[in-house]
Amino acid sequence: MIKGILGKKIGMTDAYQAGGELVPVTLIQAGPCVVTQRKTAAKEGYDAVQMGLIEFVKPARLSKPERGVFEKHDLAPCRFVREFRLPAGDGETKPGDRVLVDVFQERDYVDVIGVSKGRGFAGFVKRHHFGGGAATHGSMFHRAPGSIGASAFPSRVLKGMRAAGHMGHARVTTRNLQVVAVDADENILAVRGAVPGPNGGYLMIRAAVKPPRQRRGFAGAGTVDPLKASKKRAGKK
Amino acid sequence: MSLQPAIAKFMEKQATVRLPQFQPGDTVRVHVRIKEGDKERIQAFEGVCIARSGRGGRESFTVRKISFGQGVERIFPVQSRVIERVEVVRQGRVRRAKLYYLRQLRGRAARIREQETATVGAP
Repeated sequence: MIKGILGKKIGMTDAYQAGGELVPVTLIQAGPCVVTQRKTAAKEGYDAVQMGLIEFVKPARLSKPERGVFEKHDLAPCRFVREFRLPAGDGETKPGDRVLVDVFQERDYVDVIGVSKGRGFAGFVKRHHFGGGAATHGSMFHRAPGSIGASAFPSRVLKGMRAAGHMGHARVTTRNLQVVAVDADENILAVRGAVPGPNGGYLMIRAAVKPPRQRRGFAGAGTVDPLKASKKRAGKK
Repeated sequence: MSLQPAIAKFMEKQATVRLPQFQPGDTVRVHVRIKEGDKERIQAFEGVCIARSGRGGRESFTVRKISFGQGVERIFPVQSRVIERVEVVRQGRVRRAKLYYLRQLRGRAARIREQETATVGAP
């Protein structure tokens, strides 16, 4: 079974969880998606499923090779096509299959991948959280970087020095967002917290690769008193 | 579907709390669920609603009361699951949507005329 779906960010609002807690959520128009290709270890060298987000797009907007994928299985063309890795030997999925939001349930943890908002050529303060100088009181040092190295030795700027430059518009993964609500009728997924990119941006949503471990204070785990726990262990010996 | 209506629709579906109608100027008694450990009890917060703000599922209202000589305001989201119920005690006649001027007033000056056509809580 595929544990992933493609979607479009709708925007943020808030929602009440079962316990009555009000949490910030991002709504995602998730799917419906269609499987466009099944990649196998035998043929492509790895197991994966390629799917497209179903929405209208003029066929002329796609390249000929892209169109070929859809024509092969007689599918409507998709603008946004991405791949999800599958465990080896998953034989269930085949091209033409639909993928819907119901692959996720409330309280699941997901990773959301998107393209962050572009910030253009950003200075030190915005890009690397430098402090900058005072704005007033005769200060002539505002948002400049300050010293970027020593003088005669080494007579160069060390590699990896943080500097101004292009920021944003990069692939970003936000891990372990909890699913707050799934609306199968409207194909809407609500996840707790923010996701990368602008409203209307395309997103990949997959089951969390590293979900939070069950630990003390984590919802679902009983509270553990460390003193008593160690006593218990000692008693067992 | 364009984006904003989708949010409105989602909020609509989430909205399960139905409060009686009341406006700024009305005196309301808000019954609030309070959790103490694993016990729950209900406490009433009674005062004048001095503002309603926001729209749809994110609307909230502000209740002001004088507690032991000290002005206290609480802001409740209309959809808050903490609210057990709301009673409208008295309907007031006011000419503003936001009654923030009441913060400057004390005692007799802070009174609000009752609406003549009050539908609830007439003395």
